[in-house]
Amino acid sequence: MAKIAIIGAGPAGIEAASILAQQHNVTLFEMNDSALSNIRDKAFLFPDFSSADTLANTLESKLQNPNIELKLSTEITGIQKSGNGWTLTDFHSQTYLFDRVLLTSGYKVFDARRKEELGYGIYPGVITSLELEDMIKKGNILNSVGDQPKTISFLQCVGSRDEKSGNHYCSKVCCVTAVKQAIEIKKMLPDTNVYVFYMDLRMWGKGFEEMYRNSQEIHGVNFVRGRISEAAATYDGKIQLKAEDTLMGLPLNMDTDLLVLMVGMCPSEGTKTLTKAANISGLYGFAESVSEHLNDNLTKAEGLYVAGACKRPMSINDTIQDARAAALTILQNL
Amino acid sequence: MEKRYWNEYQKAIADDHYFFERSCIRQTFFPGSEAAFLNILRNELGKDIYDSSHQHTCTGIGYHADVVPFETTMTIVARLFSLMAEKGYENYVPSCVTSFGVITEIIEKWNENPALLEQAREYLRKATGREFTIPKNVVHPSDIIYKFREELKGKMKYQLVNRFTGRPLRVVEHIGCHYAKIFPKHGVGNAEFPYVLAGMIESWGGEVVDYPERRHCCGFGFRQYLIQENRGYSVANTQKKFESMEPYEPDFIVANCPGCTMFLDKWQYTIAEMEHKTYDKNGYGIPVLTYEEMTGLLLGYDPWELGLQLHQVQCESLLNKIGIKYNPNNKYTGASGKILPSPDKPNVLKV
Repeated sequence: MAKIAIIGAGPAGIEAASILAQQHNVTLFEMNDSALSNIRDKAFLFPDFSSADTLANTLESKLQNPNIELKLSTEITGIQKSGNGWTLTDFHSQTYLFDRVLLTSGYKVFDARRKEELGYGIYPGVITSLELEDMIKKGNILNSVGDQPKTISFLQCVGSRDEKSGNHYCSKVCCVTAVKQAIEIKKMLPDTNVYVFYMDLRMWGKGFEEMYRNSQEIHGVNFVRGRISEAAATYDGKIQLKAEDTLMGLPLNMDTDLLVLMVGMCPSEGTKTLTKAANISGLYGFAESVSEHLNDNLTKAEGLYVAGACKRPMSINDTIQDARAAALTILQNL
Repeated sequence: MEKRYWNEYQKAIADDHYFFERSCIRQTFFPGSEAAFLNILRNELGKDIYDSSHQHTCTGIGYHADVVPFETTMTIVARLFSLMAEKGYENYVPSCVTSFGVITEIIEKWNENPALLEQAREYLRKATGREFTIPKNVVHPSDIIYKFREELKGKMKYQLVNRFTGRPLRVVEHIGCHYAKIFPKHGVGNAEFPYVLAGMIESWGGEVVDYPERRHCCGFGFRQYLIQENRGYSVANTQKKFESMEPYEPDFIVANCPGCTMFLDKWQYTIAEMEHKTYDKNGYGIPVLTYEEMTGLLLGYDPWELGLQLHQVQCESLLNKIGIKYNPNNKYTGASGKILPSPDKPNVLKV
C-alpha cells in the first residue's frame, strides 16, 4: 500500500480520497476546522436546485474508511521532492513523507474591494454573491437598513474577464450562479425587481440555458447587457448605479437596494504557495497540468498530481469528475 | 467596517527643492492661491521652491482643444524642463492640474517611446538651442500640502470645525480629472476615492461628504465650455453634482483644479439665474475654495489677501462658522489702500 497525501478536503480531495483509499493509505489535509466549507456555504446548487448540504453530507460519508486519515486545521505550507516521494511541511513545521501527493487546494473568491468603484467594503448595500447565498440559506434577504429589498441588482464578471484587476479569464460559474440566485430571490420575494447586468451570459452546462430562459419567462428576472461603471450610496441608503445598456445604446442611472457582485474564482493562497514551491505554477498562480487534453491531472513534477479548482475555475460537478480522473491517474502510475 | 482599499496608496513626493510652474489661469481666477502656496512652502515649511520669471504656458488648454499639436506641446514642455534643469532642480511642481496631466502624459509617452523623446530633444535644440533633463519627481502642489499636512496642522490657528455646534465641517472634495483619472498611479489614493484632499480635510478636523455624484465631472470639460453652444451641457453637469450633494448640506467645497474650482463656483450664479435655485438653505450658495485658500485660512491668513472676495459665492458664512477673524471693510480695499468698486449683486444668489 502506498502512502498518498491529498491537500485540501473539498469535493475534489474527498472524492479522490474515497477512491484511492480502496487500495492505499490516504492522509487528507485541511487547513480549516471542517471539510467542504465551499459547498456548505451554499444553499442550493445549479442547475437542479438540489441541497448543497445534502451533497456535502454524501461526500463526507465517503470519508468513513479506515484507510483515510483526515487532518483538520492542518495547513500545509511547504512541499519538496524527496527521493521518490514528497515531503510536506505544515504550519507547525512538522514534516510528513509520502509516496504521492494530490493537490486539491482549490480557489478563493476575488477580493471585490479591489474594484473600488463598485463600493464593496464601503457601502453596506453592496454585497458579494457569497453573502447573498448566506442570506438565501438563512431565508432572510434584507437590505442595508434591515428592510425587504424592493430592487436587487447583480453585476457579473467582478474580478473575471477584467483587465483592470489583471484577471483576464472567465470564472465560468458566475453566470449560472447569478441566474440561480435571481430565481431563488424571485421565489422568496416575488415582488422584488431583479436585474442582472452582464457582458454576455455563458450558459455552457446541461440545463443552464433552460434556467436562463425560465428566469425571464417564469420569474420575470430582467437582464441588462452592460457593465456597471460606478456604484455610490444615496442619501436614503440605496445604491446608485451608473451603467450602459448596450442593447438600447443608452446610459442608465438607477437606484437599487442591494448590489450583488458576482465575484470570480482566484487560486487560493495555498494553491499559489504550493504550486510555486513545487514549480508547477501556471497563469495567475493556478496549478499547471502537463496537458489539458490528455494528462490534465499529471504535472511535470513526478509523483505530484492536481485536481479541481486549483487548476482553473471549475463547477462542483466538474471538480468531482476531475477528482475521479486524478485518482485513476494516480492508480495507473503507482 | 468601511474601508477604502486604495487609501494607503501613496506616491513618491519629494521632500524639498522644487521647481514651480505657474498656471495660465489660476492667477486670474484665484489670484491669492499661488502666492499662498509659495508662502506656505517657504515660510511655514522652510522649503526651497524656485519660481522662474522665464516660464510660459504648457499649452494644456490648446492641447486638449485640439488646436495645439502634440509635437508642439512636447517641445514647449521640454523648454519648461530646460528652465528647471539650468537652475539645478529635479523636482517639478506644476500649479495647474491640467499642466500636471500634460506633463505626466508626455513623460509616460517618452518612457514608452524613446524615439519621441529624441524628437523632443531635436525640436527644442533647433528652436532654442537648449537641452533638458526629465524631472526625477513630478508632483502637484496639493500633493506637497498633503504630504506635510500634519506639520501644517501644528501651525494652524483654526480647524475645520463649526464653532457654533462643535461638529466637523462637512466638506465636498473634488479632484481634477487630470490629477488622477489619466494615470491613477500618479494620484494619492488612486482615482476612485482619491485621498489627496480628503486627507487634508480629515487631518484638519473636517468630515468628507461622500455623495452619489462625487466622481461626476464638475462641468469644466474643455470641449463643453470652450464651444459656446455646448455650455448648457457644462451647466447641466455642474447642476447634477449640486443636486446630488444638496441633501448632505455641505459647508464648503474644495478642489485642486482651476477649472473645477471656478465652474463649481461661478455656475452657482448661472444656475440661480436660470433655475432660481441655490444650494444652501439660506440662499447664499456653497462656498468653493482652492486647497491653498483652505490651508491659508486655517493658518490664519487674511481672507482678502487670499482673494476670497473674487469668488462668486461669498465666504463670510464659512469664515463665521470656523471663527476666522476678518475686517469686512477691507474686502474691496486695494493693496494701495484705495477703495475699489464692489461688484453688482446677482438677482437670485445672495451675497
